[in-house]
Amino acid sequence: MTVTTNGKVSAGRVTNRLLDLVPAAPGPQSRKDFASDQEVRWCPGCGDYAILSTVQGFLPELGVARENIVFISGIGCSSRFPYYLQTYGMHSIHGRAPAIATGLATSRPDLSVWVITGDGDSLSIGGNHLLHALRRNVNIKILMFNNRIYGLTKGQYSPTSEVGKITKSTPYGSLDRPYNPTSLTLGAEATFVARSIDSDRQHLTSVLRAAAEHPGAAFVEIFQNCNIFNDGAFDTMKDRDTRDDVTLRLDHGQPLVFGADGTKAIRRAADGGLEVGAAGDEGVLVHDAHAVDPSQQFALSRLTGDTHGVTPIGVFRDVDVPSYDEELNTQIDRAKARQGEGDLMSLIAGKETWSIS
Amino acid sequence: MSEQVREQVRERETRRLDRVVVRFAGDSGDGMQLTGEQFTSETAAFGNDLSTLPDFPAEIRAPAGSPAGVSGFQLHFSDHDILTPGDAPDVLVAMNPAALKAYLKDLPPGADLIVNTDAFTGGNLKKAGYSADPLTDGTVDKYRVHKVPLTSMTINAVNAAEGVAGAVNKKEAERAKNMFALGLMSWLYHRPTSGTEDFLRQKFKKRPEIAAANVAAFRAGFNYGETTESFSVTYEVAPARMKSGTYRRISGNLALSYGLIAAGELTGLPVFLGSYPITPASDILHELSKHKQFGVRTFQAEDEIAGIGAALGASFGGSLGVTTTSGPGVALKAETIGLAVSLELPLVVVDIQRGGPSTGLPTKTEQADLLQAMFGRNGEAPVPIVAPRSPADCFHAAIEAARLATKYRTPVFLLSDGYLANGSEPWLLPTRDELPELKVEFATEPNHDGEFWPYLRDPQTLARPWAVPGTPGLEHRIGGIEKADGIGTISYDPANHDKMVRLRQAKVDGIAADIPPLEVEDPSGSARVLVLGWGSTYGPIAAAARRVRAKGLQVAQAHLRHLNPFPANTGEVLRSYDRVLVPEMNLGQLRTLVRAEFLVDAIGYNQVRGLPFKAAELAGVLEDVINQ
Repeated sequence: MTVTTNGKVSAGRVTNRLLDLVPAAPGPQSRKDFASDQEVRWCPGCGDYAILSTVQGFLPELGVARENIVFISGIGCSSRFPYYLQTYGMHSIHGRAPAIATGLATSRPDLSVWVITGDGDSLSIGGNHLLHALRRNVNIKILMFNNRIYGLTKGQYSPTSEVGKITKSTPYGSLDRPYNPTSLTLGAEATFVARSIDSDRQHLTSVLRAAAEHPGAAFVEIFQNCNIFNDGAFDTMKDRDTRDDVTLRLDHGQPLVFGADGTKAIRRAADGGLEVGAAGDEGVLVHDAHAVDPSQQFALSRLTGDTHGVTPIGVFRDVDVPSYDEELNTQIDRAKARQGEGDLMSLIAGKETWSIS
Repeated sequence: MSEQVREQVRERETRRLDRVVVRFAGDSGDGMQLTGEQFTSETAAFGNDLSTLPDFPAEIRAPAGSPAGVSGFQLHFSDHDILTPGDAPDVLVAMNPAALKAYLKDLPPGADLIVNTDAFTGGNLKKAGYSADPLTDGTVDKYRVHKVPLTSMTINAVNAAEGVAGAVNKKEAERAKNMFALGLMSWLYHRPTSGTEDFLRQKFKKRPEIAAANVAAFRAGFNYGETTESFSVTYEVAPARMKSGTYRRISGNLALSYGLIAAGELTGLPVFLGSYPITPASDILHELSKHKQFGVRTFQAEDEIAGIGAALGASFGGSLGVTTTSGPGVALKAETIGLAVSLELPLVVVDIQRGGPSTGLPTKTEQADLLQAMFGRNGEAPVPIVAPRSPADCFHAAIEAARLATKYRTPVFLLSDGYLANGSEPWLLPTRDELPELKVEFATEPNHDGEFWPYLRDPQTLARPWAVPGTPGLEHRIGGIEKADGIGTISYDPANHDKMVRLRQAKVDGIAADIPPLEVEDPSGSARVLVLGWGSTYGPIAAAARRVRAKGLQVAQAHLRHLNPFPANTGEVLRSYDRVLVPEMNLGQLRTLVRAEFLVDAIGYNQVRGLPFKAAELAGVLEDVINQ
């Protein structure tokens, strides 16, 4: 990245074959170029502020014309996000943002399309659309803010809330077993799956960059603190004293080692799953985000603080396969090349006509 | 051919008819739709006016031989212009006992009945629910019965054909029996045959032996007619005198598909169809998916909601967003239609209505989604509604729906139905000059002191500017939350909401000034009764009106193409008659609307039988109302 003296970022930092179809920014851009004039209205202390700031700080790096960026959201606290970005945006209806973004992205390859959603929006009411957008590999980037609670409706449990959660709708404790969003999306044939944390600007930026560089559908789970209804849900991963011991940072090609002093590591367990061992052990695994077979990536997604005392963040999976939209547009180009541009009047006349004089 | 037979052929009478209704019926795997379609092609080539009505079960292969699995195809053709596929068949071709069981009740006494006697075995009779053979127990005494061993004669003909014997197995030979039936009917009605032979050779291009088997069966059926003594009369129906020009035959769903492609070209927008398969709308998805050279994008979504969502997303990006479905799908799309009302983006919502509620009658027709289209959303969410009146009219209605959607930046309902979708008629092809110019202009410049206000409306149409992503300087955010008038930012202000609700309503109401007035057809000029219809009932209503006028009675007919808003003169028209009759294939949905809107005490005539009205029955109802 080239940073000029006024803090602006030069165009063209992030690239992939689909992003190359999007017009480049005419000149350097800065965070300010992406802030809209709307007053931000999340609760004071909400993790969404940090994510907004990180995204606004990252967008100049994309290096594409601001008017060719679109943010589409569903319903929920996080879905107010597009109002605060000086790009094109749509605040749509509950759960449907991936479907709407699919139509936009497939019909406009010259746009960079982002979806903002939450755990309720994308995993509950919109679960179907999320799975299918990922399996089709539509060129959209889905940022899922996971606070493990319903915020906008004032505190009911969500599909990622832990079992037994006491909320307004579950005074005796919630009964549902939660989804693990990374396991779910890896199972849905997603080509890019990553996880980051609202407060870790540097890490979140690196994950956003990787998502943008991926030519196809990207799913990014962002642990986000709701300080009103589920405060502290990710505190152990944020606290300076504990975070390094409970967080596994995934880096492609690097051994799966973690811990404050780098002494813990991930190895294959006898039951075929993964377990925590010591860094010096034999068989410490090396992370391969590009492996086509998702088995090890899926096994990593099963590691949680509750079950293994460690939660991975970073890019689980990043494999390059043709995206739905480029395939569809190729079909159109081929049809035009083979048959020529369609001729309306000969189409409607068809093969069998007769004349009456 | 023996001398004796030749003599008979020469002596055989040819009777001239002005119109005929034929129905082919057999098992749903028997190829009856194809047979009917091909007979229709021959009839179109001959120059008759025609109208068709397929009737098939919802099950792809219902138990063979059962009445539930019967598939029928009815064709009405004539030497004058006709409006319906005909009330009752003059000829029924029954390929098995089940077909006879299913349709004999529709056959008027004296009609011709052609039966495949080979299929009247004990087992088949039982499957059809007959305890005795209806061909011998007096059941068919009222009809002119032609007993034809169709299956065995087909097998013999195929086996005797050059280059076929041995190349096709018995089952394949037997399957050509529908072509034997077609050959016989082609002979009986003096249809041209070369088109069918060409069609068969083309269809089975990859298996010439199957083509040859079918051609052999077709010719055998034709020759059988000529040699048998069973038919003492053949029929001629002279070509119709129709308006000069070039014609083709077209079904409603095909016409609608072409209308959407035409709308794309006329508006200059790429068509994006987001759809989920559903009967009877899937044909439109199939058709549009073939025409990528027009830049048409089709997206088979994971569900109805994603289908319309993707279409709306494409509209946001400057495509002509379209979604196609039937009633149950409309219910699922309701929330997104409401979003489109709020976003004020163009969207065409095609509803091929079928019997409801719930799954209802998937393959049968009904007009019971009018109120769903009108009111089926939360909040005040007005949506214009356009309804075609005939299969070919689906082309023009689709263009009209796209015109309103793009000009007024609104979702528009296009309400077709199963009868129009699958029915067909000759279509006088329009020329390019006859199609409207619908070029759409996107916003390119700020519109308010150097800023872009997405809800600053055109003072004439009240439409908001359509600024598509990629346009520099016009970056803006829209959403389902109420927006401040003009600037378009979120607003919870009470007065602003009241204003925006009224503005959206006024925009749709204003379309009344942009559509033709309701026309009344009353040749006498002195009718006191008006019959008012909408959508696919046009044919039966017009045919019924003709019948009562032929008896010397007077009736005026008006047919609504726009259901929301109504044409500006609708109230005036309705109030100028003593009585208004509204026949509908529902329990009175249009009648409810006109009563509420115009305080006119309209009378309903309502049926929900999954079938179009019969002209004779409607004529009776009209007479009763006239004579009251």
